[in-house]
Amino acid sequence: EEAEKRANMPAVSKGDGMRGLAVFISDIRNCKSKEAEIKRINKELANIRSKFKGDKALDGYSKKKYVCKLLFIFLLGHDIDFGHMEAVNLLSSNKYTEKQIGYLFISVLVNSNSELIRLINNAIKNDLSSRNPTFMCLALHCIANVGSREMAEAFAGEIPRILVAGDTMDSVKQSAALCLLRLYKTSPDLVLMGEWTSRVVHLLNDQHMGVVTAAISLITCLSQKNPDEFKTCVSLAVSRLSRIVSSASTDLQDYTYYFVPAPWLSCKLLRLLQCYPPPEDGAVKGRLVECLETILNKAQEPPKSKKVQHSNAKNAILFEAISLIIHYDSEPNLLVRACNQLGQFLQHRETNLRYLALESMCTLASSEFSHEAVKTHIETVINALKTERDVSVRQRAADLLYAMCDRSNAKQIVAEMLSYLETADYSIREEMVLKVAILAEKYAVDYSWYVDTILNLIRIAGDYVSEEVWYRVIQIVINRDDVQGYAAKTVFEALQAPACHENMVKVGGYILGEFGNLIAGDPRSSPLVQFNLLHSKFHLCSVPTRALLLSAYIKFINLFPETKSTIQEVLRSDSQIRNSDVELQQRAVEYLKLSSIASTDVLATVLEEMPPFPERESSILAKLKKKKGPGAVSVNELEEGKREGGELNGGGERGGDSSSTPSPSADLLGLRAGPPVTAAAPSAGSLLVDVFSEAVKQPSPTAFLRLFVCKNNGVLFENQLLQIGIKSEYRQNLGRMYLFYGNKTSVQFVTFTTTVTCPGELQSHILHIHTWNSLEPLIEGGAQVQQVINIECLTDFSDAPLLNIKFRYGGALQNLTLKLPVTINKFFQPTEMASHDFFQRWKQLSLPQQEAQKIFKANHAMDTEVLKAKLLGLGMALLENVDPNPENFVCAGVIQTKAQQVGSLLRLEPNAQAQMYRLTVRSSKDTVSKRLCELLAEQF
Amino acid sequence: MQFMLLFSRQGKLRLQKWYVPLSDTQKKKISREVIQIVLARKPKMCSFLEWRDLKIVYKRYASLYFCCAVEDQENELITLEIIHRYVELLDKYFGSVCELDIIFNFEKAYYILDEFILGGEAQETSKKNVLKAIEQADMLQEEAETPRSVLEEIGLT
Repeated sequence: EEAEKRANMPAVSKGDGMRGLAVFISDIRNCKSKEAEIKRINKELANIRSKFKGDKALDGYSKKKYVCKLLFIFLLGHDIDFGHMEAVNLLSSNKYTEKQIGYLFISVLVNSNSELIRLINNAIKNDLSSRNPTFMCLALHCIANVGSREMAEAFAGEIPRILVAGDTMDSVKQSAALCLLRLYKTSPDLVLMGEWTSRVVHLLNDQHMGVVTAAISLITCLSQKNPDEFKTCVSLAVSRLSRIVSSASTDLQDYTYYFVPAPWLSCKLLRLLQCYPPPEDGAVKGRLVECLETILNKAQEPPKSKKVQHSNAKNAILFEAISLIIHYDSEPNLLVRACNQLGQFLQHRETNLRYLALESMCTLASSEFSHEAVKTHIETVINALKTERDVSVRQRAADLLYAMCDRSNAKQIVAEMLSYLETADYSIREEMVLKVAILAEKYAVDYSWYVDTILNLIRIAGDYVSEEVWYRVIQIVINRDDVQGYAAKTVFEALQAPACHENMVKVGGYILGEFGNLIAGDPRSSPLVQFNLLHSKFHLCSVPTRALLLSAYIKFINLFPETKSTIQEVLRSDSQIRNSDVELQQRAVEYLKLSSIASTDVLATVLEEMPPFPERESSILAKLKKKKGPGAVSVNELEEGKREGGELNGGGERGGDSSSTPSPSADLLGLRAGPPVTAAAPSAGSLLVDVFSEAVKQPSPTAFLRLFVCKNNGVLFENQLLQIGIKSEYRQNLGRMYLFYGNKTSVQFVTFTTTVTCPGELQSHILHIHTWNSLEPLIEGGAQVQQVINIECLTDFSDAPLLNIKFRYGGALQNLTLKLPVTINKFFQPTEMASHDFFQRWKQLSLPQQEAQKIFKANHAMDTEVLKAKLLGLGMALLENVDPNPENFVCAGVIQTKAQQVGSLLRLEPNAQAQMYRLTVRSSKDTVSKRLCELLAEQF
Repeated sequence: MQFMLLFSRQGKLRLQKWYVPLSDTQKKKISREVIQIVLARKPKMCSFLEWRDLKIVYKRYASLYFCCAVEDQENELITLEIIHRYVELLDKYFGSVCELDIIFNFEKAYYILDEFILGGEAQETSKKNVLKAIEQADMLQEEAETPRSVLEEIGLT
């Protein structure tokens, strides 16, 4: 057995070879079952525990061996809850391997809030100041691996110094650069390059390629965040790149990789340049264009090696260069060359290259310079969609087809995508369906094609056709009277299929219910035939579809009086009127009653044809936007496509009178139930808008809300009919708000009602609101009424309460929902404090989640007095002479809620040169920091 | 790069390196998920795939899969060569490396990786320089070690 164990061990054990560890690993590998493994591990853990607890002081070697065993056990996936102290002890050993194991254990196992962090930081500090480069590197690796905030606090000041010091060894510089990068990613506020900026940028000129390779990652990350401060890196990067690109393949010695000079560095240089616009300096730009041309030329040269590593490294640079060309989007010549190069790759035997070419072409398709060039590859891409064996490659091909689609090729592409759908992988069907639906809508010239396409979608991939897609086809059919007859005929035919998808039944039911009359003249599709066809599907359908069908039936009674008795009989049957489903039963009862007692006039009014839907963003598009993937990049072009192709919703022809027939009850499907805020605002105004002007632009209700973060009084809402003013006062956790409703017209508003609701969490325990006086239901023309609302803040909150206003104006129902400007900062009590206290508290609030930070562009002029006024309006105390930098603002305050008090500190750092702000909020409660930061970031 | 995983054809994790802060549970969940996805792929399929908002770049060497997760804007091909260079480094250090070398000398595999990649970015791409750093460290330990008895070595004391 022993011999077998040995055979399992590698022949060569490098380095110190801890025999006991090897035996243990071997034992674990020989365990026949999970239970045996756990047993062996528990035995070992007990052994190690006893060694660590034993009276005999362990020597460094044993400690190292046991710590290493614990690490192995942890990496196997078991929990380790001891040994940390022993690992920390190893850090201060002067034997390298012991120190090394100690650091490895800590890198893997110590989480940031460990109590040991102080001891660890001490050991790191010692090693950093040891001037022994090997020890310094170990310490830096550990910081980079753990990367916690505590470490950033301890070392973010020291490491830049090490990085730029003249006497630092190259290997240490490399570690220092990447260590700093990691700290910057976790705690950007603590890594301040300041005076070091220029010297860090100049590392791009360093003689040692390794130093440049490491430093450029840091510089790229810093440039993304502070482009102006680092912009001198552009010319340095260009000259470095130019030297590499023009060097012979052997010049760079060990930095040449399979005959490609410095591929990693080249890629990083090209990536860094993508943080900036094209160089303004003509000479620099000329040199860069030359580099890009050389890279494109090299792609055409015969390979210097047959190894895949050679071509991968070479093409990595090529793809990065193409990304830069696309990023600049200003050199038509380079863009077209890039496109041709990618075209060659589309037929390459390497799957990887085909994949990347498809991916990269997707972005090229959106450039006006290369869109046409991309389109020439349509046949190859269609072929890829049909023949690629790897689903991820086919997915890229589908994305590219979507991106290259325009009016000229839409029919071909949609047809190909439809036929691909029949065999497409389940994982991508839903996205494909959305894309087909969007393309069909975007490029529809004749709407019969659009209707055919969507019905085909339902036929081929009905399960993947989401509500958004079939709602949309109904909206469009309703809005365009030129397609209604065709749609009715087509759904009627589609429903003839013995097995048709339930979504088809839904669309069919809705469309025949609305427009069945348009085909009723043909005896083959007479009213009764239509009804029988629909009803033959009824029993196979789910409850929601049955409910929809019942509504279609009542619409039939209105459209075709001759079907009345047949349908009434159906409604009256036990399976309907006594259905166990409440919704179905209710519909059956109500429709039966309606059809029996209402006069034809009433029926005709209630069951009138649906009015056109208001123009709004396609909900399908919204859905695709939510889905990830590069194919979604160009979705916002839909709006453009619409403008070219005329109004899809037919809004221009019929949209104007949309609110004259509000009859909300007629919308049996609830298709109109869009988001209340956006739907309400335009309809409230549209009556008058038509008379006075085309479109009076109305800020969204949320825009009004933003105005009230730093002030308490003002106009909350205004349109042609109504003005709502607001006055509010707050004390402790209580507030009172006065609302003034002004009728701007000369006609009275009737049935005027308002309701305040707190959606979701807000209702039960966050905000307690009650209205003080009830309003008269009548507001005379030109009159104003007042309402008072009392507010109590129970605990902190993020959402705002909603105010819903309903009234009738000239018979038309106006419905409006606004957010009430109650934000958490209203409950601030200002707190004055001295500089010392401020910073002490600031430090106390140092948990990462207690802080929220935003860096954002200035939206208004950076006027100090205006800033002060806004900060005072926020409700906190504005503290003078606290921040060492007089440009900065700091504030302190306590938010009073019934449940608790939440102390908050704020620091706003304007950067006038960059026209940017950095806002940092720290609070004893994480949700408060986050919310305050969101609210304030919109204010400056 | 956000993380690197080495695992066997049987799905056993041999090395894991995380460059973003995650809890142990998250790490376990992610490893399981990624290993499962990669193992399900057929040979000849492309080496890249989208996973959540990241890209997975992987390559198989003998019985081991090397797998990196990089951000969306990263270069796939150069990541593939990062993997290859790491394999070359292991190979040179162990002398035609096999899975067992990495199991039994896992700490060395981590040290080599740290010299090559730090904080998720290439620190030193020269093979010579990386190996020099590791060999220097090995020298340091040989000087420091004193010979031990066999019994002690196998953990029986």
